[in-house]
Amino acid sequence: MKLTRKDILGIQDFSVAEIELVLDTAESFIEVSTREIKKVPTLRGKTVINLFYEASTRTRTSFEIAGKRLSADTINISASTSSMVKGETLIDTAKNLEAMNPDIVVVRHSAAGAPHLLAGLLKQSIINAGDGAHEHPTQALLDMMTIRAKKGRIAGLNVAIIGDISHSRVARSNIYGLTKMGARVSVAGPATMIPRGVETLGVAAYTRIDDAIRGADIVMMLRIQTEREKNNIFPSLREYANHFSLNSRNITLAREDALIMHPGPMNRGVEISPDIADGPRSIILDQVTNGVAVRMALLYLLTGGDE
Amino acid sequence: MVQQKVVMDAEGIDRSLTRIAFEILEKNKGVEDLFLVGIRTGGVYLADRLRAKIAATEGKAVPVGILDITLYRDDLSTSHRKPRLGKTDIPASLDGKRVVLVDDVLFTGRTIRAAMDALIDFGRPRLIQLAVLIDRGHRELPIRADFVGKNLPSSLWEAVSVHLTEKGGTDQVIIEETN
Repeated sequence: MKLTRKDILGIQDFSVAEIELVLDTAESFIEVSTREIKKVPTLRGKTVINLFYEASTRTRTSFEIAGKRLSADTINISASTSSMVKGETLIDTAKNLEAMNPDIVVVRHSAAGAPHLLAGLLKQSIINAGDGAHEHPTQALLDMMTIRAKKGRIAGLNVAIIGDISHSRVARSNIYGLTKMGARVSVAGPATMIPRGVETLGVAAYTRIDDAIRGADIVMMLRIQTEREKNNIFPSLREYANHFSLNSRNITLAREDALIMHPGPMNRGVEISPDIADGPRSIILDQVTNGVAVRMALLYLLTGGDE
Repeated sequence: MVQQKVVMDAEGIDRSLTRIAFEILEKNKGVEDLFLVGIRTGGVYLADRLRAKIAATEGKAVPVGILDITLYRDDLSTSHRKPRLGKTDIPASLDGKRVVLVDDVLFTGRTIRAAMDALIDFGRPRLIQLAVLIDRGHRELPIRADFVGKNLPSSLWEAVSVHLTEKGGTDQVIIEETN
């Protein structure tokens, strides 16, 4: 089994075998980050460009560290410091970057499909680091890796995803991935945040958090995008917190050994109470650690000689 | 028809490993600071067997590590196929240790070159020695083994494979013609 695709655009078109290959490879990469010398020569002479049109700390740093631990040269470009502020189009920026011969371009963009557009135009491998409300494949892969490492399996687990499902690329990629891997996924959020027809993706949808987390093995909380408060999708953060925050009360509905996840950044006291976020069942920081390993695995699997 | 020949059977392998275990002890004057490192995958099982033999002789446990050399290969940027990455597990620092690398077949020497680069990333060993069950020749790098089970002159068109019970099968070394 090998990864034959040129780009990593979404989990929707990933096969189970491909997901397993990435997770297995990532598990082997965990060890590199525990060494005193956290670097291997594997991608010496390769160049990875992180092209970020949206704010990011975790994902961009994670990709940068992943590249550096593999000895690749990593270059970060963020919208605020790029020629985009001078009015250059995404395509022109990308064509110019291509002319400098990188090997992989990691793209985050607020427009769904932006990485797909570049994948068709550039000969380099494109990795989607989040496109609009569409997909965030590397987040889903690191989430699945974390679940598998902690629970020993994914198939048969009950996973509850709570929050703004409509606008969440994390939720979408995880729904694709987790259902493919045989988990039972339920989602919950205010009715305005549950996309119509979400059941067709193979998930159970609820408008009460209690219904979704009852019997859950994994509770995955999503960040409430506070900027959406203005759009009247929900009345107020306080109102949201009252109905959809994970706290020491409703967590008792989940299984006793249930684990808590969050893709970050967290709004403490809004979607998750601090005692839960920092509690013994939280595996939020394991997610971050595994994120580096997953990205190392993808960079490793995507680079290579010509056929 | 593929020509197959068994060049070493279970007893032969066992005797060779017994001798290598004694040679390791003799050359290193005991087990002090000794550290065995098996190269994935065949070398891991052989390192384990050597550990057992050394423990039976000296009554002392020698640490054993596992090394996957994939990330240090010199053909990663030229070959399209990505080798499946296995786990590396070096349970302690190699600083000041007498490291014995263990592999099943010594061929071009490129694996051993990669393994030595990898080991240095885990500390500064006092010395590195090499133990192999089979040396089939055709070196492409200036590398030689300190402990050899059997020298097996072979042509480049032959494949040498070490079968071990740990991998599922019986203990034997087979040489076969490939076209």
